[in-house]
Amino acid sequence: MDDLYRELIIDRYKTPLFRGELNPHDISFEDDNPLCGDHIRIDLRVDENGRITEAAFSGEGCAISQASADLLIESVIGKSLDEVKQLTKDDVLDLLGIELGPVRLKCALLSLKVLKAGVYGLGEASDDLVE
Amino acid sequence: MTQPRNLIKEFNVDEIRKDFPILTRDVYPGVPLIYLDSTASSQKPIQVIETIERFYRHSYANIHRGIYAVAEEATAYYEEARKKIAKFIGANEPNEIIFTRNTTESINLVAQTWGRMFLREGDTIILTEMEHHSNLVPWQMLAAEKGVILRFIPVDESGFLDLEQYKKLLEFKPKLVAFAQMSNVLGTINPAQEIIELAHQVGAITLIDGAQSVPHYPVNVQDLDADFLAFSGHKMCGPSGIGVLYGKRFLLEAMPPYMGGGDMIKRVTLDSFSTNEIPYKFEAGTPAIAEAVGLGAAVDYLTNIGMDAIIAHEHEVGSYALERLVEIPGVKVYGPDYDKKGAVFSFTLEKVHAHDVSQILDHYGIAVRAGHHCAMPLHEKLGIPATTRASFYLYNKKDEVDQLVEGIYKAKEIFS
Repeated sequence: MDDLYRELIIDRYKTPLFRGELNPHDISFEDDNPLCGDHIRIDLRVDENGRITEAAFSGEGCAISQASADLLIESVIGKSLDEVKQLTKDDVLDLLGIELGPVRLKCALLSLKVLKAGVYGLGEASDDLVE
Repeated sequence: MTQPRNLIKEFNVDEIRKDFPILTRDVYPGVPLIYLDSTASSQKPIQVIETIERFYRHSYANIHRGIYAVAEEATAYYEEARKKIAKFIGANEPNEIIFTRNTTESINLVAQTWGRMFLREGDTIILTEMEHHSNLVPWQMLAAEKGVILRFIPVDESGFLDLEQYKKLLEFKPKLVAFAQMSNVLGTINPAQEIIELAHQVGAITLIDGAQSVPHYPVNVQDLDADFLAFSGHKMCGPSGIGVLYGKRFLLEAMPPYMGGGDMIKRVTLDSFSTNEIPYKFEAGTPAIAEAVGLGAAVDYLTNIGMDAIIAHEHEVGSYALERLVEIPGVKVYGPDYDKKGAVFSFTLEKVHAHDVSQILDHYGIAVRAGHHCAMPLHEKLGIPATTRASFYLYNKKDEVDQLVEGIYKAKEIFS
């Protein structure tokens, strides 16, 4: 458990660096984790070359879901949308630096699901995006 | 009332615990299981486990049709279970007991048969704001199909139903009033008798969601004059996959069948069928035979201990739990004061999400539930994203409350 709630996760949960909304934005998407009621919205601003210049997340949920969103946002600023499309579950787990059981995995991956659904311009987020 | 009092004296939680093999296991090396999630599903005593095993080893065959000794024996066990359950809830006769998979299926059965046949566009169904999704969504589905209107008895800030509002809603002349006898989130015990009496005065049929009440309290359908009662086996020491719908005979007889198949028919031609009598009309296909027998054993188990003794014990542990929980700075427990509720405590811990609380408690072997507990509208009303829920049953001890409290302090420390 000490691993699960490592300092980085508690820190980013309590004092996130990228919490907020961007209005106007180029891309915005939000979704829930129905199992636990986590909710994440992600807003992106993208330049003419398809590169993310600004990003922010909002919502509420457990430490894992919120810290993972904050770390994910940090990692995608400056990336191209094509690079974001390539992100996987393992990238998020590397950012968090922990291993998770199947239930908490959904908390951790909600932000990636929201991000990719937004970048792909989908109407609905699907678990396939983070497999 | 001398007899229950004697039983209460004899109730020994350490002896009871010996009946539940899972309570001896470690969750992690050196960390024993502290099971505080009986509201979701209860653990099983050895009496139930052994009955099922013995049935499979010795008496198993398909029921009702076989003209050989084992099939007759299996049928007898299955029907004996039905009788035990009928007696347990005070039904007039065993034929008023329909075996289903669980509470959810029981309620869907009523919605899809009675509801479809007897409700018309513009008819009102009254529910409450504290319903589990299982007593909400089946009616929403029916409303979408038939144009039935759903109206809700509000929950007040202390977690009680607003009965004055209910009386006003009755002016809509509802056809059905369906409500949980005990809330799975707040633990509130609703005044079933009063709700039913008022409903009957305007000619409404009533359905009790007894998923949380039947495992913990003596529930007598004739005393309550309940028209339908739905409950699950797995929350009352029985196996999963078996549930019950009680219905008054005249209602069950008027209802069309639920699923078509074997056992629910009297006669079948290539073009048509005629339905079997109750309860078989509603039990198409091979049912959960061993599970029904197991549920019969669970009813025996609870009856032998005594429901009065069980409540008395839960009340003692539950009062202690509430007392300790509210002492913790940052903890808010939802629902009424203890004398008006069951031993179910949904709480929030300031600055720590329910999931994180639950994860940290798991580290100490403590099994609780986190989330919206299949009651999203209620959580919305209370204005909270998710709660952690600790619930207690006959096998829980005060020591376990102390461990829970210690675990919550650990969670506070980690997030401080």
